[in-house]
Amino acid sequence: MTTHVLAVAELKAGRVAGVSKEVATAARALADGLGGSASAVVTGPPGTAAEAGVEALADHGTERVRVFESEALAPGRVGVHAAVVAEHVADAGCRAVVFPATTAGKDLAPRVAAKLKRPLLTDATELEVVDGEIVATRPVFAGKALAKVRPVGAPALVSIRPNVFAPSVRQATAAVETVDAEAVNAERALSADDGYRVQGFEAAEGAALDVAEAAVVVSGGRGLKGPEHWGLLEDLRDALGETAALGASRAVVDAGWRPHAEQVGQTGKTVTPKLYFALGISGAIQHLAGMRTSGVVVAVNRDADAPIFGVADYGIVGDVFEVAPALAEAVRRLREGDS
Amino acid sequence: MNVLVCAKRVPDTETRIRIAEGGAEIDRTGVKHVLSPYDEFALEAALQLVEGAGGGKVAVATFGGEDAKETLRSALALGAHEAVLLKGEPTMDGWATAQVLAAGIKEWEAGAGDERPALLLFGVKAVDDDQQQVGPMVAELLGRPCATAVAEMELGDGVVTCKRAVEGGRERVEMDLPAAATITKGRYEPRYASLRGIMAAKRKPLVEKDAPVVPCGLVVEALEHPSARPEGRIVGEGPSAAPELVRLLREEAKVL
Repeated sequence: MTTHVLAVAELKAGRVAGVSKEVATAARALADGLGGSASAVVTGPPGTAAEAGVEALADHGTERVRVFESEALAPGRVGVHAAVVAEHVADAGCRAVVFPATTAGKDLAPRVAAKLKRPLLTDATELEVVDGEIVATRPVFAGKALAKVRPVGAPALVSIRPNVFAPSVRQATAAVETVDAEAVNAERALSADDGYRVQGFEAAEGAALDVAEAAVVVSGGRGLKGPEHWGLLEDLRDALGETAALGASRAVVDAGWRPHAEQVGQTGKTVTPKLYFALGISGAIQHLAGMRTSGVVVAVNRDADAPIFGVADYGIVGDVFEVAPALAEAVRRLREGDS
Repeated sequence: MNVLVCAKRVPDTETRIRIAEGGAEIDRTGVKHVLSPYDEFALEAALQLVEGAGGGKVAVATFGGEDAKETLRSALALGAHEAVLLKGEPTMDGWATAQVLAAGIKEWEAGAGDERPALLLFGVKAVDDDQQQVGPMVAELLGRPCATAVAEMELGDGVVTCKRAVEGGRERVEMDLPAAATITKGRYEPRYASLRGIMAAKRKPLVEKDAPVVPCGLVVEALEHPSARPEGRIVGEGPSAAPELVRLLREEAKVL
């Protein structure tokens, strides 16, 4: 059986997304476990190889980066990207394929899997090779339990949860190879209308970074008393820098204070940031499930008996209206001291 | 205008998960099961689209055991017109589930003639296995376009326009019908079942069929509880504790 592992990189605004380094790192580690090689694949419009910074993937141990370019590989045309990736997986003869479990990755990977007629394991938080078999750990029931899962046969298709596989630098002399995707897929024009047309994008206010992909999350709950007080959280988020995003409890989303895109928990997003702030959140079981795999948890609540303190590394008992600004101030002081 | 919703029976989100003897499954004794919350959004979307189109039917299909009938009845009580149970044992392998559903849908459509559903709707994910894959896989198998994580939809002439919840905003996608979509929380706030709806559900058609047996490609070797988080500490009370907390985040936890 082949021992080659393929990393499927993601582009964000035309550049190799940070999560792609995690994907490359995970692919490299699997390849090491299998005693094989690792490569990366990128799909995008013409110019991607030159402008997307694909060389960065080489620093994380993928020995070869293949970039498929075509006008048809515009952002959002997920069916075309899936067709090109699936064909490459079949041609390359892979033992495993690693995707990012981002919003875009979760849109792409199932289509690739269906085209290859293979099962797909979503959102792995750990990958191991045991006696030549790949075993993945993935949270189920939004993190209330962890499943050890073994994909049967090859290629094993897995997506990895962002922020979990720390990118490790491993210099390799990667060969970047640009391929005209149209020429490879000669049988069927990639540009053909597949009945799926991306027509536009409406930006949401201040939500540039998805809560599921942020390194730092500032979440608010009912203790904030109303949507008009979210400025307190935004201020703390801004103090923490551009890798921080806002989150919300189910209660405040249900109340219409915040959009569902920010909801953390079983009916929202499961998050794994390095640092999680729970402000004015009591800690309902389904919220705890969604954030308990965070690195470090900070809780602020008036009620010293709130369940959120049971999962917090550091807590402050107090009024969030007073503590949140004090935290923002303390973070700013710290950052000023750095510069 | 007919719509088919694929739904799943899952443990209620308030459930505390216990691991069954053998260690590879959860203990379902005494656990309340519900229609997966995102499937409720899909069902609500289907009902609103059919009502808006001024006619048509909503069918709901599931792959599951005998007890999934209860879930189907609850969907009928909310207003679905008919239900299909593909009897079998679903696993974590969404590709296997997709093959079962696609085969069931093909068979069902063959007998439906002009009544074939223009839209197949799914919840964006089931809140048990959380694999987020069955919808687009079924669409691939049936050769239909599929938009995922759709927060709202508008029907047009032979097309459906979807607003997808993506990073940083909403992406607008137009698809030719017949099409498929996975629904997330957005415009479609689920209704409650009325007493009349519950009574009517008992008389609505619920078809049972044996699901084809598809091998499972993802073997769950073990299920574990996540390790308890280490005991944390209360740094202090009130805003005066903030500088000390930030110092600990930098010097002890090394995350700032």
